[in-house]
Amino acid sequence: MSEPIVPSKLYVGIWITLLCLTVITAGVSFIDLGPLNTVVALVIATFKALLVVLFFMHVKYASEKLSKMVVVAAVFWLLLLLTLSMADYVTRLWS
Amino acid sequence: MSNSPIAVEQHNPALRHHFADMEQQRQASSLGMWVFLATEVMFFGGMFCAYLIYRYWYFNEFAAGSRSLDIWLGTINTAVLICSSLTVALGVRAAQMGKRKLLVVLLLLTIVFGVAFLGIKGVEWYTKFQEHHIPGSSFSADNLIKEYPQIRIDPSHEQIFFSLYFAMTGLHALHMIIGVGIFTFLTYYAWKGRYTPEYHNPVEIGGLYWHFVDIIWIYLFPLLYLIDRKPLK
Amino acid sequence: MATAAITAERENYLNREYGIRSWLLTTDHKRIALLYLLSITFFFFIGGFFALLIRLELLTPAGDLVQADTYNKLFTMHGQVMVFFFLIPSIPAVLGNFLVPLMIGARDLAFPRINLLSWYLYIIAGVMMLHCILTGGADTGWTFYTPFSTAFSNTKVVEAGLAIFVSGFSSILTGLNFVVTIHRMRAPGMTWSRLPLFIWAHYATSIIQLLGTPVLAVTLLLVVLERALHLGIFDPTRGGDPLLFQHLFWFYSHPAVYIMILPAMGVVTEIVPCFSRKRIFGYKFVAMSSIAIAVFGFLVWAHHMFVAGISLYSALIFSILSYLVAVPSAIKVFNWTATMYKGSISFATPMLYAFGFIGLFTMGGLTGLFLAALGIDVHVTDTYFVIAHFHYIMVGGAVMGYLGGMHFWWPKISGRMYPEFWGKLAAMIVFIGFNLTFFPQFILGYLGMPRRYWQYPPEFQVLNVLSTAGSTILAVGYLLPMVYFLWSMRYGKLAEDNPWGASGLEWTTTSPPPTFNFDRTPEVTWEAYDYANIAAPEEAPVEQ
Repeated sequence: MSEPIVPSKLYVGIWITLLCLTVITAGVSFIDLGPLNTVVALVIATFKALLVVLFFMHVKYASEKLSKMVVVAAVFWLLLLLTLSMADYVTRLWS
Repeated sequence: MSNSPIAVEQHNPALRHHFADMEQQRQASSLGMWVFLATEVMFFGGMFCAYLIYRYWYFNEFAAGSRSLDIWLGTINTAVLICSSLTVALGVRAAQMGKRKLLVVLLLLTIVFGVAFLGIKGVEWYTKFQEHHIPGSSFSADNLIKEYPQIRIDPSHEQIFFSLYFAMTGLHALHMIIGVGIFTFLTYYAWKGRYTPEYHNPVEIGGLYWHFVDIIWIYLFPLLYLIDRKPLK
Repeated sequence: MATAAITAERENYLNREYGIRSWLLTTDHKRIALLYLLSITFFFFIGGFFALLIRLELLTPAGDLVQADTYNKLFTMHGQVMVFFFLIPSIPAVLGNFLVPLMIGARDLAFPRINLLSWYLYIIAGVMMLHCILTGGADTGWTFYTPFSTAFSNTKVVEAGLAIFVSGFSSILTGLNFVVTIHRMRAPGMTWSRLPLFIWAHYATSIIQLLGTPVLAVTLLLVVLERALHLGIFDPTRGGDPLLFQHLFWFYSHPAVYIMILPAMGVVTEIVPCFSRKRIFGYKFVAMSSIAIAVFGFLVWAHHMFVAGISLYSALIFSILSYLVAVPSAIKVFNWTATMYKGSISFATPMLYAFGFIGLFTMGGLTGLFLAALGIDVHVTDTYFVIAHFHYIMVGGAVMGYLGGMHFWWPKISGRMYPEFWGKLAAMIVFIGFNLTFFPQFILGYLGMPRRYWQYPPEFQVLNVLSTAGSTILAVGYLLPMVYFLWSMRYGKLAEDNPWGASGLEWTTTSPPPTFNFDRTPEVTWEAYDYANIAAPEEAPVEQ
């Protein structure tokens, strides 16, 4: 009730963007970019996820910041798990 | 008193009585779903952590295993889920505007896309079964070793890739099945006319869950299917 | 003062409906709290029973009471039952469930049916665990380390793992309910800075439950899959890394100890101002330190793995972070002490438990710093030093906080006063029994006695005998409250609305409260811990 009604054109636009990005990410994987392949794939995936979160899940239109904070917290905690664990594996052979 | 807007709202049959009003109820259920999705991020996150570490250690085997996945089916499945997210978003919009029939159609379409995704996934898994890539006593990496002589492949490391592949796509598929179940209920109640512009929380929060499952796949696709597709020398 | 006749007729959540259906299908947070009380008490005695068997075996240096394999099962089941079926739920599921809506002025939690589901998940998990125990139990230690748990153990690892998996969802749903309730259901005027610190503590606890437990769940799932399908993810002979299991396991299980201690800290923060007749010193610091503990608690997990084979550099990082996490806890101790300074202190039973908590938690916490130092840890890890350290915090801290809270809020929960003399006596017996049980274990560990061993060199016997003697005294101390709480429900003095003269919305309603908590939604216009404006109780609690 307090959520604004998003025009369907916007939804369709996001949908088309997501489909294009999917094709791009699949196509780029055949090009040799060295280590950048992984980076590009993850950047595209993150951009797609952001589009879904902001527009399809209405986070962009949310009146209070709480849902944004929950999303940020979840991502932050996941990154904590991944980076601190990897810190062990990456440095195991240093000494 | 009985005709004032507040009295009408307090008599909304959907109002649960420990809440002060419909707005508090809507905000609570919405926050509840967001918090639940945060727990789901960590639930999948544990597997992403295992994936990250073993990909770091066994890149070759991960690359070979990734190549053996069907990129066409993976891409199509990604597109299917993106279409389903569109129908969900349009469905929530239909509920906001009180368009019952449109809502029902969009919810049904979402279910169709969801089932299509699961069907394609089933086909992919069956292919893996035929290639002896299902972890366990019948696992064999021989066909990969033969197909990619340029890549050094240790069969037990290859099995780790496929263990994670099945664990992650399996957990994702389980969430899809639950999602299809939830949307079946939503479709039934929508058809019965339960959702109005004043009350359509369940559609909204069901939609949030569905989008989340879509986002998990948005990451699974490149991480599993696109590890290394460069042409081999 | 209400007479017995009038109070007995007044409708409250206990007498509103009778019959087993009204309890098993209730959505009243107060009734669910009591359902939890019964269930966790049951599991406390199961876990305690295993503890007594362990201590009996350790009376003599030889392994002569049970076989080695059985001993492995004893300490495993003791740990799993105590951690997952007693400590993790205890304060949040009993006191939290009962008090959170009352303290914020709400009629119930945000999701009452999910609250009931939470209890049923706990019960299902409990039945699974009981069945596991009765059909042989697991012997992997509560920590399920791989590859022993996945490839070598011949015991009921899958069942134990699945039972804990289910109990995890109970915990997650409780946390979810609290977070949404605290955000969305506070009464008018109940701003964040007016919340009782018990609420802040439970909010922080819920964050940990929500973000940590899912990782444990997926890890146990992987262990079950590996064991059932022989996958090799954690098998070093097939390229798996046992340390990966440990990273994922401790990512939850370290913050889990803060799930166990934060609520107890919240209880102490309610008790100390009341029995010092003084507002809490440093409200903002106490609130923020709860959040800090919840966040920092996620940054230290590999201090359980210092000697397991992690890299030296990551060990250094985790060691420094482990020192940092002690700071917010210390801040709380300073705040409690400062609250008592120049306060008007009375020594009712809840306050005795609070004193015990502060002293014993401080000792346990300081010994944690010993363990966080890499050089010392090499010598004392996997010894009784570690066991003493965490029991000081979990038993000397969390359990005492739980008992203190049960005594403090018993009048509100049951409408009756417990007998004060027996309360004080039990508190003293618990304190003496606890120290006699666990202090010798610090010395034992320092001298080198390993943990999880069922026999030991004869020179350690005296200390072990002292420890076992202490454990029997501790057992008596724990049995007493069970007896007199039950006694008080029939024969205890009827309680007034606010027998302690305490601050907090829960004390403005009747003892016990009506089903919907308040006759009218409160409107809060005063700050928390407003003891300057609250009269002390007319009479000190009477000893009977």
